[in-house]
Amino acid sequence: MKEDMIKEIKTVAVPKKMPDGTSYHSISVEQTTTLANRFNVRDLTVEISALEADIVPERYSRNMKTYSTQDQATLLKSMVSVVGLGGLGGAATEILARSGVGTLNLIDGDTFEESNLNRQFFCTQDLLLKSKAGAAKRRVNEINSSIVVQQHNEFLQENNVVRILENSDAVIDCLDNLNSRFLLEGATKKAGIPLVSAAVAGVSGHVTSIFHQDQGLRLIYGEPERLPQKGAETSLGCLPQAVTIMAALETSEVIKILLKKGNVLRNRLLIVDLTDHTMEVLDLL
Amino acid sequence: MKKHAKAHIHIKFFATLSKLTPGSAEHFPIDPGITVLDLFKQLEVPVDEVKLIFVNNKKGELTTELQGGERIGVFPPVGGG
Repeated sequence: MKEDMIKEIKTVAVPKKMPDGTSYHSISVEQTTTLANRFNVRDLTVEISALEADIVPERYSRNMKTYSTQDQATLLKSMVSVVGLGGLGGAATEILARSGVGTLNLIDGDTFEESNLNRQFFCTQDLLLKSKAGAAKRRVNEINSSIVVQQHNEFLQENNVVRILENSDAVIDCLDNLNSRFLLEGATKKAGIPLVSAAVAGVSGHVTSIFHQDQGLRLIYGEPERLPQKGAETSLGCLPQAVTIMAALETSEVIKILLKKGNVLRNRLLIVDLTDHTMEVLDLL
Repeated sequence: MKKHAKAHIHIKFFATLSKLTPGSAEHFPIDPGITVLDLFKQLEVPVDEVKLIFVNNKKGELTTELQGGERIGVFPPVGGG
């Protein structure tokens, strides 16, 4: 059955050239869906099978060279949880969908309000008072219908966090308050899932990656019992340019973690301040 | 040579603390051997609003001594998104 499908993928694939002249074989979105229907599998399965046969789904063609076909297949087989679908989470979800992370587990119990319009990519005037998770799912489907989306219209709590994050290969912290970040970190450490965490105030922010054996957020914020609920963002707000760059940095970390390639920010903090172009990596230990 | 020759540091405050940045932040004079806390008192930094201190790209403490030539970064708690 799988052999039949791969044979068919090879039959329909067409030769193409990258902008630098490199030859490759490509299948289109439409061909992918046609084959998925014919063999009664998900589009995702067709794309993974194609990549494993060194055929590039055209939607990922500009990811190639930086990612091998095997890397792209690994991303498609991965599941990432995005916790919080506001400023950081909206931009992060958009990037992960376009990158071709195969399963996106999208979590937010909130609805959009007008003050979200300045920075939250999935917030439009038409969607005010509508579910953030619902909007995120629709947007991902519009960008990449191969991606499997799990939608959770609920906030993370002690009693649901393990269930919601189950089977994640990585988790992105896109929350907007300090206490929930510690709750999330506790759950990811317990489950042994890598966590990437970013936070923003005004036009500055920071990002780090935390594995289960790491000290993690305590190195940044100290003990959670002594923390205010919110930080400097209460008086500075969150600017879209800062939120988006921090979300992009989070997705870069997640992709490195999924591919087990590159230098990850463990026990280090990348700090950004757009007022004077600061971008520095600091040692937390 | 004077006993307490002046040295200089580079100091940067982030987010809500940026309003405390002194005019000569990139070449701020200090007495060698002062602590970060001494520096904060001099600049009237509200210490309870400080969450992270970096000295030369490494995490520092209020008790970290400064000799001159260091780069100091100071963050309040940041949690937005």
